[in-house]
Amino acid sequence: MKNKEQKILQDVNEEKCDVVITPKVSPIKRFIDAAGWPRIIIAIFLLVLFICAPFVKLSLSRSISDTLVRVGMNAIMVLALVPMVQSGCGLNFGLPLGFLAGILGALLSIEFKMTGLLGLFGAILMSLPFSLLFGYGYGLLLNRVKGDEMMIATYVGFSSVSLFCMLWLLLPFRSPVMVWGFAGKGLRTTISVDQFWQNTLSDILSFRIGSDFYFPTGMYIFFAIMCFFIWAFFHTKTGTAMTAVGSNPDFARASGVNVDASRTLSVVLSTVLGGIGIIIYQQSYGFIQIYNGPQYMGFPAVAAILLGGASVHKANIGNVIIGTFLFQGILTMAPSVINSALKTDMSEIFRIIISMGMILYALTRKTKVRS
Amino acid sequence: MSNKNSNKRLKELGKFIVKFISTYPVPIMFVVFLVFTIPASHFSVMYLVNELFTRVARNSFLVLSLLLPIMAGMGINFAMVIGAMAGQIALILITDWSVVGLSGFFLAILISIPLSVVLGYLCGYILNRAKGREMVTSMILGFFMNGFYQFIVLYVMGSVIPIKNKLLVLSRGYGIRNAVNLQGIRQCLDDFIPLTLFKTSTSPGIRIQVGTFILIAIFCLFIVWFKKTKLGQDMRAVGQDRNISESAGIASDRTRLLSIVLSTVLAGIGQIIFLQNVGTLSTYNSHDMTGQFAAASLLVGGATVSTANISNVFVGVILFHLMFIVSPMAGKNIIGNAMVGEYFRVFVSYGIIAIALVLYSWKRQKEKERLRQALREQQTSAK
Repeated sequence: MKNKEQKILQDVNEEKCDVVITPKVSPIKRFIDAAGWPRIIIAIFLLVLFICAPFVKLSLSRSISDTLVRVGMNAIMVLALVPMVQSGCGLNFGLPLGFLAGILGALLSIEFKMTGLLGLFGAILMSLPFSLLFGYGYGLLLNRVKGDEMMIATYVGFSSVSLFCMLWLLLPFRSPVMVWGFAGKGLRTTISVDQFWQNTLSDILSFRIGSDFYFPTGMYIFFAIMCFFIWAFFHTKTGTAMTAVGSNPDFARASGVNVDASRTLSVVLSTVLGGIGIIIYQQSYGFIQIYNGPQYMGFPAVAAILLGGASVHKANIGNVIIGTFLFQGILTMAPSVINSALKTDMSEIFRIIISMGMILYALTRKTKVRS
Repeated sequence: MSNKNSNKRLKELGKFIVKFISTYPVPIMFVVFLVFTIPASHFSVMYLVNELFTRVARNSFLVLSLLLPIMAGMGINFAMVIGAMAGQIALILITDWSVVGLSGFFLAILISIPLSVVLGYLCGYILNRAKGREMVTSMILGFFMNGFYQFIVLYVMGSVIPIKNKLLVLSRGYGIRNAVNLQGIRQCLDDFIPLTLFKTSTSPGIRIQVGTFILIAIFCLFIVWFKKTKLGQDMRAVGQDRNISESAGIASDRTRLLSIVLSTVLAGIGQIIFLQNVGTLSTYNSHDMTGQFAAASLLVGGATVSTANISNVFVGVILFHLMFIVSPMAGKNIIGNAMVGEYFRVFVSYGIIAIALVLYSWKRQKEKERLRQALREQQTSAK
């Protein structure tokens, strides 16, 4: 018992003096340590790509615009990872569960022929009951498997995607836009939202500079609002308790926090954000991808937040923004530059290697005493 | 008196049943499921047995390759797909050199081994840096290497590595085509000793792949022998408790690494056996589900993340592949849509892994809580 108390005290002390910097270390080394090698390498690489772009006859303003659009599309999905990392549940590889809730909401909104902003927010609203329900069940499950969350989350994601593959064939959707023409039932593999709510959010206050540069202001405003909510949440009592659970569950329990409830809440929050994130993604991308589409979509989000400097134990909104920009920047720029230079399309391979490599790096990083 | 006795016996039987269900929840669920779907598929027994022999011959070796890492306490080695990729590269090469028959088969194995050893070493090194989360790391590692595999097959082969056979290469001049015909070594091992049982003028009989089964039997004997060697004992000790075995003088990191190297090599051989039976290699998809299906088969057979033996492998392969054979037809007959059955078997393979992992982790957590409770009681009573 005494040992344990000592250990907790030690932990608390170390928390307080988290970053111990010896005066000898040069500022460059300090910066590298703080940012981490992969982030620096990728950032330099991205810079080089932007510089190279004009030489291979790519319009720079168009490249930047593409990158910004994709950052806006993906940012909320990356943000969805923050609550679970903070509450100590690790990286949410089960994010596809939230995506499925979002897809259900989107499909319902199309089934009811809702268009424009009404359609978009209708989709978000209709996704909420599903994501709350899925998230709650998923949270209860993860509370029973503490320590193995990441592995089980992956398989919860995979198995729910394949379960929904069957449901897409069987659910009684009727709208001719979504259903296979010849059979009259079963959903198409990709469903266009063109006539309903494509770019309705992006186009709010959006502007163009020249012929190539387009900035989706609305999407960024929405993302900012979401970020503000998450930021505000982590400054409430519940949010602080959640962070405490993540950094030391024993200590949190000793100070009267309900660990399980806190973790469940974080999972629900993550699932709901995942659902909203995929709907925002769809309104910009223009298509709803179902069947096996969402299966691997969680991995790029995880890679992005890790690239932003998050670890398995700690993540904040800054990580989300930096990470999404770097990751999507690389994914947009590298294939198009390589494409123009070498005349081959390597984007798929590039995406696999960068995203999986980043996750591997985070999983194998030797965690220091308390990172 | 006799009444009392029978009561007692009943109670014992009840206890036994409860224990049986709690030790083998996954296989029992599966058997119950099969009881309903096999009749619904309307397949004849002859057909099922025939298919089953093919699939057991095809898949057992791959599943067996998962045993060693489990013994070393590293959980299911999802990174075995790396071995499968090495096997496929070897197969592409021997097809290009047009080495046919058994000599082609064994040449492919010979080429795959050094590749697997190097990749397995790398893999083991990485997994040693991720202690406590080997499984998720091995899975991500498999996906990561898939990127490299695609790079090599799609860009390096035909440009850096010379490929002479024009039929293998994409029309743009480099990169391997989507499907590679393995006509040269197709079923060469299966038919090495041809044997067909119950052959009559009306039915084709049951074909038995004697050659493959001999190889599988040799491998099973190898595992039984291996468990008794010094290295095998070390592996089990490391699997039980890393710290204790480390202090007993076993180099735990090295032992873990070796188990992964062996697993990768065996998976490579397993994939070559698998593909010589199938007869065509689909260059970019053949290995996609290898790890998932092998893991699911093993877990269906009653193995857990920490214990697995040879009987689990065979029970698992038989049950899992029965489901695989019947579900499209059962889906068609019950729901009226064969696609549902197709998706269903993917769902079952993912779902089974999820359920097995959850049950295992849940049990372990309960155990931990019980230990803690016991400790607390001990302390209060001591006071």
